Amino acid sequence: MPKTRLEIVTAEKLIYSEDVDMVVAPGVEGYLGILPRHTPLMTMLNPGELRIKKDGEEIDMAITGGFLEVRPDKVVVLADAAERAEEIDIARAEAAKRRAEERLAGKAPEADLALAEASLARALVRLKVAERRRRRERPLHPK
Amino acid sequence: MATLRQIKRRIRSIQSTAKITKAMEMIAASKMKRAQERGLAGRPYDQRIRQVLADVAAAHSPDADLHPLLERREVRNIAVIHITADRGLCGGLNTNMNRKSSTFILDQKAPVVLITVGRKGRDFMVRYGQKVRAEFTGLGDRPGILDIGPVARVVIDDYTNKEVDLVYLAYPQFVTTVTQRPVLQQLLPVEPAEFPKGQNVEYLFEPDPHYVMTQLLPRFVEMEIYHAILETVASEQSARMVAMRNASDNANELITDLTLAYNKARQELITKELLDMTGAAAALR
Repeated sequence: MPKTRLEIVTAEKLIYSEDVDMVVAPGVEGYLGILPRHTPLMTMLNPGELRIKKDGEEIDMAITGGFLEVRPDKVVVLADAAERAEEIDIARAEAAKRRAEERLAGKAPEADLALAEASLARALVRLKVAERRRRRERPLHPK
Repeated sequence: MATLRQIKRRIRSIQSTAKITKAMEMIAASKMKRAQERGLAGRPYDQRIRQVLADVAAAHSPDADLHPLLERREVRNIAVIHITADRGLCGGLNTNMNRKSSTFILDQKAPVVLITVGRKGRDFMVRYGQKVRAEFTGLGDRPGILDIGPVARVVIDDYTNKEVDLVYLAYPQFVTTVTQRPVLQQLLPVEPAEFPKGQNVEYLFEPDPHYVMTQLLPRFVEMEIYHAILETVASEQSARMVAMRNASDNANELITDLTLAYNKARQELITKELLDMTGAAAALR
């Protein structure tokens, strides 16, 4: 099975750099699955969930938008921000979600509305990814 | 031979200088660590976004006009984004950077305009009568990406309006705490990557090439400038720490020498007084 090199970088650091079997990314036109030897592609990413399949394992990440470059032998994700599911601070995401909702409910100028919507989208993505991970993990850690 | 009082005064003056340089050294050292981390942490993104754009630029023929910022033109005007520190007392950092940029400007056949970031670079360029298109100072020790917006705006607008046809980015790159290298690299147009034969295929764009490029290119310009500024801050603090450490060392060495001289002079004086007294006593006898 050929593999493809996946690199995820944010402005702050190199988050991930390994050979993987498959990447599922939240493109602006919908989720796309990328296997090795994919044709060259350049797209923007929506806030969403990025899934990595590697040696039968699956890694979930929340990303908040960015760019994706695909070449036959490598995939580069230039993310605005990216976090592994297990690193997500749920309390913080909840708080951010509430704040954004409050701002959306109140009468704010247009520019603020756009900002609030964007941060709401980011918070929701983080929560969704964290939630999925919790559900999947439950059977592994019975109480 | 200096008098006792003069030596004493000199020692005191150097001691207070040493206190200042020591304090500056410690301040720079504490800022340096953060600044270095920030500078280095930005490198992967910087390299990748450059690579991605180089790939895309190479895959498309230069005349397909994908985006104004990818357009290559005959070079009539050149812009240099000249980045230095706001403040001095950091060894040869600013001087080296100014020299690098001015050597480059003198070598060009086309006229060069400058966009300066940092007070030291601006002062230098203004003093030597260079054309400064825009200047930015006071970004501080921890610039944010939002501070870069206006700088990038000037660059992007000038390039899009064809006022400049080639843009360089000049900044002191951080190598190690004791080494900083002034570098000057091309920012626009984006240099296409070299591909092995047969791999040079057209890209698919989602949603469409123009839209992706409109989003990606300004971001690229911004990130490149931002990263260069982070490197500059890291270089500045490192250079200042080293310079101030040397200054403190030199001051302490001077103090040691002067103290020795002072003690010698004092001893001499005492001996002389004793001789006078014994001489006087002998004469009276």
